[in-house]
Amino acid sequence: MEIILDVTDLHIEFHDSDTPETAVEDFDLMLGAGEIVGIVGESGSGKSMSALAIAGLLNRHAIKKTGRIMFEGHDLLTCDRKTLRSFQGDEISIIFQEPMTSLNPVKRIGWQVEESLRIHHPEIKKNERKKMAIDMLLDVGLENANEVYYMYPHELSGGMRQRVMIAAAMIGNPQILIADEPTTALDVTVQAQIVELLKKLNREKGTSIIFISHDLSLVSQLCQRVIVMQKGNIVESGDTKTVFSRPRHSYTKKLIAAIPKIDLDN
Amino acid sequence: MEKEKVLRVSGLNVFYKNRKRKLFSKKNKKIQALFDVSFDMEEGEVLAIAGESGCGKSTLARAIVGINKDYQGEIWQKYGRPQMVFQDPYNSLNPAKKIGWLLEEPLKVDKERHWTKEERRKRAEEIMQEVELPVSMLDRYPSQLSGGQRQRVCIGIALMREPKLLIADEPVSALDVTIQAQIMELLTNLHKKHGISIIFISHDLRVVYQISDHVMIMKNGQVVEYGATREVYRNPKASYTKQLLTAAGITK
Amino acid sequence: MKNNRFKKLLKNPYVLIGGIIMGVILLMIIVGCFWMPYEPTKMSASEKLQGISLRHIMGTDNMGRDVFSRVMYGSRVTLMIAIGTIIIGAGVGTIIGSITGYFGGMIDEVTMRVIDALFAFPSILLALVIVSVFGVGWPQLVISLGIAFVPSFARIVRGEVLRCKNMDYIENARLQGVSDFRMIFLHILPNIKGVLASSILIGFNNAVLAEAGLSYLGVGSQPPYASLGRMLSDAQQYMFTRPSYVLCPGIVIVLMVLGFAFLGEGIKRWK
Repeated sequence: MEIILDVTDLHIEFHDSDTPETAVEDFDLMLGAGEIVGIVGESGSGKSMSALAIAGLLNRHAIKKTGRIMFEGHDLLTCDRKTLRSFQGDEISIIFQEPMTSLNPVKRIGWQVEESLRIHHPEIKKNERKKMAIDMLLDVGLENANEVYYMYPHELSGGMRQRVMIAAAMIGNPQILIADEPTTALDVTVQAQIVELLKKLNREKGTSIIFISHDLSLVSQLCQRVIVMQKGNIVESGDTKTVFSRPRHSYTKKLIAAIPKIDLDN
Repeated sequence: MEKEKVLRVSGLNVFYKNRKRKLFSKKNKKIQALFDVSFDMEEGEVLAIAGESGCGKSTLARAIVGINKDYQGEIWQKYGRPQMVFQDPYNSLNPAKKIGWLLEEPLKVDKERHWTKEERRKRAEEIMQEVELPVSMLDRYPSQLSGGQRQRVCIGIALMREPKLLIADEPVSALDVTIQAQIMELLTNLHKKHGISIIFISHDLRVVYQISDHVMIMKNGQVVEYGATREVYRNPKASYTKQLLTAAGITK
Repeated sequence: MKNNRFKKLLKNPYVLIGGIIMGVILLMIIVGCFWMPYEPTKMSASEKLQGISLRHIMGTDNMGRDVFSRVMYGSRVTLMIAIGTIIIGAGVGTIIGSITGYFGGMIDEVTMRVIDALFAFPSILLALVIVSVFGVGWPQLVISLGIAFVPSFARIVRGEVLRCKNMDYIENARLQGVSDFRMIFLHILPNIKGVLASSILIGFNNAVLAEAGLSYLGVGSQPPYASLGRMLSDAQQYMFTRPSYVLCPGIVIVLMVLGFAFLGEGIKRWK
């Protein structure tokens, strides 16, 4: 399998207060083409921080980052802003937890889905762009894409908005999609649908996915490999099935125990 | 012997004012959120209300506790003043007040009896033990607590005056899975220990199964299915129930 | 914990600068209550319009009075008027704003339209009208400026109350059986004290400026007693012959406004 992203020794430190706070320590991740990797952990475990760093979204001054994030021959931690920006939203896309706030309320859905095309591929004509957006909306399972294209975010339900977010992230056909707790704010039924959708996009378009969640059962449905994080450190990683059936670290065991058990026969 | 009822809801219709009023339309149209909901609840049982967001489960809770008074139908309660735990522990504690103050507030406004300062403090400390938080936390502000700790405080506030009926509106949906499990355990313990009747509202059928005696499935403001939890999970009658069970990964 | 927060506040550069400026002005005012180099109303025909010297560190005015003493006295008057204005404006404004915001409905509609109407006048114009009805003098000035400041406070508080009113914690408190007034004053107002504090400090600014403006127009404090604005108005004819006479009270006004502005900004950024 071809490795498209190689993160080694990633270390993130906050310098907001007097004593520096370590958010992530010795984070390693190798992502193969077409692979789905899950990162699991509680809030504050550093899982979102690592993902934001990979997406190049941690650029505040009070943060110190060391290590390497290699993508297409560039180190995303040290490369210039222009290179980074050429990847962002085009080769590496990200979707967030809160579908209510990550869409701009005063812009039509179509405009928002097309945004990354406008930035990275200005050569594409307007009509072409619209066609691509509508195709993408269809791909994420919004059947009335022609109408959704002209709607505003408040006219859509939470699940539909998350689909729109995915469409906007996927329209440039990125190599890597980072999904930061994409289903946490959604109902269980909708959660299952979004997971199915991510699976389908991975299968059909070959996009590698980094799936971040606090819910191990969701991760087990979707990911081939899983990384378990606690307090900024990786405590366990490996093949999802193995980690699930033979957890080594006590924290992983705790996470597995937290999944509600349904035993209908007893 | 049949157990006594604590709550009986019959023919409940709840309306919401339509906020999107057109400038020149004279009629103030109302949107109906609940359609003819009827059920009753036995003393000391846990009734789960499950369904997707927008199905009217929160509306029902709000009508029962009396936040929304705009309804038709009957809500009979054996005891007064049910208490409620809200979904988002980050919004349901007043950020300007210390935990101790928040816990004592229900006693300060108690119309049934007067609580002295010492009694209030003592009760607050008792409750902190019940919800398994250190007493030292009474002097903290909500912002210094984690989500799970906040939700414990919310449960504590609700329990201060020993209510007979507690409504928990998605109390764990905003929390991490491990914390969810802890809060569920706390609720189960409190239920066993004090015999409080609990209405547990959730969209997650996996969580519902752990705690409830009866389950009521709702969709679009109507009750789709009602029955003993195990029975409903084993032999779901409505297709919507089946759909929810499949989504939660529960299949026989 | 509290101590920590306080330390953090003092570290804030805005608070530091504002505090130093206000400290100097307050010191000047407090010293002025007990001792002034000269009687602020004492005239001296032989020392008219003198420049800055060791004898008169801010010079003298057209009647030979010591400008520094008059500035000391005038700052006190100006500050008192500003404080009075804010007490009336913020007090009444907070009560009106919180009640209308909390209860809503007809009271809210009517009060807010009245306040809109008051807003349509510049506050100085409004104060002018009130002064011309009730006569000239500093109590009238305080009351009229106070009334002129009510609308902006009512607006701010109402907006904040509306924001808080629908939070879960308010609904939670209602379930406990908290009464309406307890809800407003104990549950909601503590949450808006930050916004209120910074708008009070900004309001102070406007009050200082409004007092100066009104005194400049001749409806403020009356001669021979000085407020800073009155001094500015007296001094304007000598702007070119004796600039120090205009500049000294002017600079003190500017410093006072800056001091309040820095403190306000600091408190706003505190959290």
